[in-house]
Amino acid sequence: MSSNKTTDTIPTESKILDVQGIVKRATELNDFGHLLEHVPYAKFIGMKVERFGDELIFKLPAKDDNIGNPILPAIHGGVIAGFMEMSAIVQLMVFMQTAKVPKVVDFSIDYLRAGLHKDSFAECRITRQGRRVANVNINCWQTNRKQLIATARAHFLID
Amino acid sequence: MKVNPDFFPLTQMAQRFVDQLAQCRRLGLTVLEASEHHVLIELPYSTELIGYPDTGVIHGGVITTLMDTACGSAVVSAIFQKYQSLEISPTLDLRVDYMKPAQPHKSVYGFAECYKLSSNIAFTRAIAYQDSIDDPIAHAVGSFMRISPEMVGDAFRQALMGEAVPPLGETNELK
Repeated sequence: MSSNKTTDTIPTESKILDVQGIVKRATELNDFGHLLEHVPYAKFIGMKVERFGDELIFKLPAKDDNIGNPILPAIHGGVIAGFMEMSAIVQLMVFMQTAKVPKVVDFSIDYLRAGLHKDSFAECRITRQGRRVANVNINCWQTNRKQLIATARAHFLID
Repeated sequence: MKVNPDFFPLTQMAQRFVDQLAQCRRLGLTVLEASEHHVLIELPYSTELIGYPDTGVIHGGVITTLMDTACGSAVVSAIFQKYQSLEISPTLDLRVDYMKPAQPHKSVYGFAECYKLSSNIAFTRAIAYQDSIDDPIAHAVGSFMRISPEMVGDAFRQALMGEAVPPLGETNELK
């Protein structure tokens, strides 16, 4: 089963990601999309990020491959969760200056409305930051910021 | 390990359900087993799914998608077996605990159970693992809302029963 490995560019363990360096550069250039370019999954779902003053707003543009329910159609719940989780990771890297990419410990999401086939947005709030664990709250909406499509909370290991 | 599909007669129906979801086709999810009690889905490794570039470990969001899909398919299978009807249940909430990172270049398996089906809500739990289910990567608990079978369109019903040819929202032309 494991013999059918593809020979495309496989990152090796020796390539250590300089998280603080990347964040510093992104802050200087005021281009936080730069952060996401290092993460293949962020590209896979097509997410973007923009900074407005002290706030980061994450965007998940409508994309056919992200559809789950074909009847509505609606974005796959897992994609919304992945988008929100990635948003929280970037939020922590930028505002907490973590040395490594934070590792998710648990992720709990409540779906409030169907995420329709259009652009989605997310914002994060770091509820508590301890020495080893951070608690982050993430909200996701589409046309109206007050009508959330999902809300989530997550714990991350940071070091 | 190939399991005789006759042993888990809902496998094909669950695979057709998963194939209706564009994101799942993109991830290449395969239903290995499905019964009224459980669903087992394989997620192949791909470098596109990496969330931690320095180790090649896939993103937690992919595991969440696998868990959501596995739990959702378990609900569809359980309802199909119990009521001989097709319902699509939207996820109400999902909690995933990550015990350890998934090893790169290996498939992840998602095993989901619908352990209680009430008139309005379906309760599910799932485990993601690689080598052994006793050494899990993640554990999930999710609840799903039940909606009436009339909400399922004819085209979708036919697709799940294996009667329609192209997946919904897709024309015959290939990209």
